[in-house]
Amino acid sequence: MNNITTLFSSEDKPILIASGFIVVILLIGTAYTLATQGTMPLLTANYLMLQLQSGAFLGIAAAGIMVVILLGHIDLSIPWTMTAAAMMATTVGSELAIPTGIAVGLAVGVINGLGVGYLRVPSMIFTLGLDSAMRGLMVAHTGGYAPADQATPLMRYLASGDFLGIPMSLCVWTAVSVIIFLILRKTTFGKSIYATGNKEAAAYLSGIRTRRVILGAFVVSGVCAALAGVLLAGYSAKAYQGMGNPFLLPAIAAVVLGGTHILGGKGRYVGTLVGVILIVLLNSVLSIMQMPEAGRQIIYGTVIICMLLVYGRGQKISS
Amino acid sequence: MPELKKNMRLLISQNIGFTAATIILVVLWLLYNFLHPRGFSSAVLIQNTNESVAIVFVAIAQTLPVLLGGLDLSVGAVMTLANCVASVLVSGTPFQIILGMMITLLTGTAFGLLNGLVVVYGRIQPIIATLATGSIAIGLALFIRPQPGGDVDGDLGWALTNDLYELVATYGWWDADAGWFAPISWFPVPLLIILVISFGIWIPFKRTITGRTVYAIGSSESAAFMSGLPIDRAKLAAFTLAGFFAACGGLYLAIQTSSGNADISQAGSYTLNSIAAVVLGGTSLLGGIGGAIGSLVGALLLRLLAFYFRILSIDPLLQPLIEGVVLLVAVSLGALRTLQTKNRLRLFR
Repeated sequence: MNNITTLFSSEDKPILIASGFIVVILLIGTAYTLATQGTMPLLTANYLMLQLQSGAFLGIAAAGIMVVILLGHIDLSIPWTMTAAAMMATTVGSELAIPTGIAVGLAVGVINGLGVGYLRVPSMIFTLGLDSAMRGLMVAHTGGYAPADQATPLMRYLASGDFLGIPMSLCVWTAVSVIIFLILRKTTFGKSIYATGNKEAAAYLSGIRTRRVILGAFVVSGVCAALAGVLLAGYSAKAYQGMGNPFLLPAIAAVVLGGTHILGGKGRYVGTLVGVILIVLLNSVLSIMQMPEAGRQIIYGTVIICMLLVYGRGQKISS
Repeated sequence: MPELKKNMRLLISQNIGFTAATIILVVLWLLYNFLHPRGFSSAVLIQNTNESVAIVFVAIAQTLPVLLGGLDLSVGAVMTLANCVASVLVSGTPFQIILGMMITLLTGTAFGLLNGLVVVYGRIQPIIATLATGSIAIGLALFIRPQPGGDVDGDLGWALTNDLYELVATYGWWDADAGWFAPISWFPVPLLIILVISFGIWIPFKRTITGRTVYAIGSSESAAFMSGLPIDRAKLAAFTLAGFFAACGGLYLAIQTSSGNADISQAGSYTLNSIAAVVLGGTSLLGGIGGAIGSLVGALLLRLLAFYFRILSIDPLLQPLIEGVVLLVAVSLGALRTLQTKNRLRLFR
């Protein structure tokens, strides 16, 4: 008995349950296609690869926001960081496109980090304000229309090309995942993030420069969002207004479904991966079932609530 | 008399954010009217308040969960749901109209209660719980109204979006030209609705034990628990009231536009603007400090900023930029105090 409890620590539970739910989603989807068409496309490698390819954008954005959530903060500037990075990248063009996009993310991260870490403005409101300011800048930059500039060939290749049969966007997502995983697991910065997220005062007193940790985390988040935006522009061949809007809430949901505590200090990167795959597959199966938008939203919300009721419950206040 | 003066000073120093926001609002409003070609007229006031009602109610709705130290990401969605329910039900005979309005408000209130139940008994963090329930609310709204549209009673729309004169004249309650009525007949109905509902519900609620407990939980939930305060009841009440206020916003929006629209991005921007309004009104996102009247002022400030774009003929494309910068500057100015703190440990909650 003891072995089992040590085998599955409390952090593994969400990951296991979420993985189980992924299987359930696939089974339900397959049952549906078997009943209606007599085939089971959901279990083919091709289908799964396609889902992972289109899920890469959400995955990369979620990887970044997870680092911020681990601190107990949140980054609401993801949508327009993505859009701004994509628009700047396509505007500049040539070889400089991708570095320019990443630089936008870096700048956003630094501003967010200064506001939240040094000025101590609640992250919720500071990132919201910056998001709005960037939306204004981009709308002013483009005149409110989709810019005519096209994504560069490299951006398109990274988003929709493939390497030895594996989609490139999946490769990028994997690379980002490995980096974030290593940062969180193996570096002082990663350990400082967990410490600061648990109790900032204690982390500060143990000599961690918590303000720099916060700054660093927001930079990671900004860069990830920018990368996701640049790739997304490559995927759809150009940047357009509001392209990042549908990513914020699913990214937060993916991180939380993966067992990361929304108040910080607890969570594993593998969980975020599982959470992203869960959300991507859920969306995909619902669209295969031709579920109208209304039903999708309701199922989406219900799934999040039910899964959190199983493993995301807080402690009862008792002292 | 000195006693009163001392109390006043204490009251102001304890509500410094709210006081500053109110003063700025009054100054900006006066300036706006001087600049406006038809400034200080009832028509301008009616138009401005009409366009502010929905966001004011959504901001007040957001205040309660924020006072708890949480956040309600579903207020915009609940407002949209109420908006769609109203666009179906608020028409027909006077009895049907009143029934439709009650059902609309009840829908929002019930949804708020559902939020509260998930947060209290499900013990899920409010921000993530309401993210999920908000999605459910939008789904329901889309079921009710897949396409924008609706059929809201036209007389009601006219009467509630004008001055008191038109309200009385539309329904013929009494002679609208009566001499005693003239001094107040210019008063905008939307402003009256905002003031009556917000003050009429908020001030009494704040003074109940439940209302005080909402503040106590925001300051320290453990301390509130150890003092034997009704924590669960206060949380349920806060989320339920939030649902009610959001429904008020949705109902008014339906009456004003005589239609319903289950627009996901509109719901999202109402939610985000409500957070901004709450903060501008002097309520702390950490909980325990602030109030609904502050949020009312904050929401009006946000709207007033937008009105300036019209009269100064600034390119409307710049509007989100300036709104964002104003928000950033406002919160950063408020945070400058932290740079003077000698003991840095105080900065960490």
